[in-house]
Amino acid sequence: MGGTVLVSGTSSDAHTWNLIYVHLFLEERGYTVHNLGSCVPDDLLVRSCRELRPDLVVLSSVNGHGFTDGLRAIRTIREQRDVRHVPVVIGGKLGTDGLRNAGCTRRLLNAGFDAVFDNGDLGAFELFLNRHRTAAA
Amino acid sequence: MTAPPDRGFGGFVATARSHGHLVVQPRMGFGSRARMRVGLERTKQAQGVTVGTITLDSYTRVGDFAAARAAVGGNSPLNGYPLLAHGAEATRALLDGVQDESFPVQVRHGSARPQAVFAELVAAGVHATEGGPVSYCLPYSRTPLRESVRHWAQSCELLASAGGPDVVPHLESFGGCMLGQLCPPGLLVALSVLEGLFFTQHGLRSISLSYAQQTSTEQDMEALAALHRLAAEELPPDVRWHSVLYAYMGLYPSTARGAERLLRSAASLAVRAGAARLIVKTTAEAHRIPTIAENVAALELAAHTAAQARPDEPGAPRDESGGGVYAEARALVHAVRELHPDLGTALARAFARGLLDIPFCLHPDNQGRTRSLIDDQGRLRWSSTGGLPLPGTAPQPAARAMTSAGLLESLTFVQRAYDS
Ligand code: B12
Repeated sequence: MGGTVLVSGTSSDAHTWNLIYVHLFLEERGYTVHNLGSCVPDDLLVRSCRELRPDLVVLSSVNGHGFTDGLRAIRTIREQRDVRHVPVVIGGKLGTDGLRNAGCTRRLLNAGFDAVFDNGDLGAFELFLNRHRTAAA
Repeated sequence: MTAPPDRGFGGFVATARSHGHLVVQPRMGFGSRARMRVGLERTKQAQGVTVGTITLDSYTRVGDFAAARAAVGGNSPLNGYPLLAHGAEATRALLDGVQDESFPVQVRHGSARPQAVFAELVAAGVHATEGGPVSYCLPYSRTPLRESVRHWAQSCELLASAGGPDVVPHLESFGGCMLGQLCPPGLLVALSVLEGLFFTQHGLRSISLSYAQQTSTEQDMEALAALHRLAAEELPPDVRWHSVLYAYMGLYPSTARGAERLLRSAASLAVRAGAARLIVKTTAEAHRIPTIAENVAALELAAHTAAQARPDEPGAPRDESGGGVYAEARALVHAVRELHPDLGTALARAFARGLLDIPFCLHPDNQGRTRSLIDDQGRLRWSSTGGLPLPGTAPQPAARAMTSAGLLESLTFVQRAYDS
């Protein structure tokens, strides 16, 4: 089966329907999900990674600040000696202009995200999960 | 003795209403001051009776002023106006020559700790804002409800003491929206009235109560009728109030045509049900932050539609007292008021005991034992009432397990109806 996934909103984002949806989506694929809810400060995210030791962290943001908040969150995680190796992905509506932004996506990947689903592409996410699962097996 | 004239937000809406005009308002906010200024000017020039809006960005909402300043400094895009990063003085200059008696401006924020925002907007010369101890806590923050109540009590008092000789400070409850979708109307109406009462306990004399359009026009008519009736019964007689309808706050139609149809139905609902003000949504809603031009187009479409609609005759065959919605809302309001004379204490206790419980809300202070569904007539109903003290609810079959597909089907109900 899938393992443990930590689902979390980003620090400035109050939206939760996205979190509930992604939570159910993962549960239906056999994962055990811990949902941190919205407006999660980076230190709570790091602490939860430390305590839960999840197999995957999924950040979701739709308020338009996802690029900025995601960048800060991933840098913080990758700086921690003990949790820096956890796989982390981000998705949703990451910018304010509704456009796919290859430059921003590349910066997020370079900063340490394992995958970025800029326009919330669930098909691509599913493929990622399958690959991730095979790799872990 | 006649009350002194109110040249502020509440007075403006009351005057428009007495002339038979629906006031229309955008949800507009930009990171740049220059763009914000033009947005307000265009709102003022739009065809229709408009008021202005400054919607704040998410960093300012959660109190991360450093991130807001960094975004302004680094020119990164913001999803609203960073009031504290720009500061009161610059905001006052931005408003100079735009905000006046014929064009009051409201700051919209979404903060569970709004003291700094309130102090800044008052210093910038604005006297109208919105939110509430519940509606800006549970859907917008991780702040414990009891703390939010304390922050909001202080903030209300700050605002209440801020008016001038002829400007009465105005506060709108966001209680009629909550998570934007899938909250049955009885609870929305109750929360709006309860937050309005909270505002009056903390000194405000000019308030508005909100209701967000849901899945059924007929049910929405009942809900607005219930809101009007309950507000008249519960609010102190010296408080001036009006009702504000929000065009649909859930997952919006993705086509321009669908978005415009939904906005038109909101505008005629507002007029038919006797709401005084309407906050619009644009054709960009499902996709991104709207431009100034898209906001103006939405305002003008709403005003034009409203001008062609007529209020329903009182005593029309429909149950104009609000029927089931009224009975539900009244039961909730009374159950909460009985808990404690101080509304803030009563609200916190009510959530702790599950007498108020928002479906699908993840906040730790919400019990999460209620659930809702859209029935075959398109009305929002309870599928689990948890501990809500509702009149005559028969024990219900346990709600079906929620699936991602089932959730999306409910969330897209309105979107699908208007896009098709
Ligand atoms: C409901 C809603 C609200 C409710 C939220 C209630 C709640 N607790 O969730 C309320 C009214 C409170 C609200 C508030 C705000 N909102 Co809002 N909101 C919406 C709305 C109308 C629907 C969102 C929704 O419920 N979607 C349902 C879920 C299931 O869909 P979804 O979020 O799109 O997620 C899907 C995909 O993106 C994907 N996905 C999501 N996350 C992830 C992650 C991964 C890894 C993957 C693979 C996929 C994925 O899966 C989902 C299913 O397909 C949208 C506009 C719209 N879409 O119609 C605006 C919208 C998201 N909001 C917006 C904004 C800006 C705000 C505010 C900042 C106010 C403002 N300035 O306008 C505040 C938020 C304050 C804050 N601190 O963040 C903007 C964002 C702009 C942007 N990104 O360009 C939108 C697009 C509206 C707009 N056009 O301006 N909002």
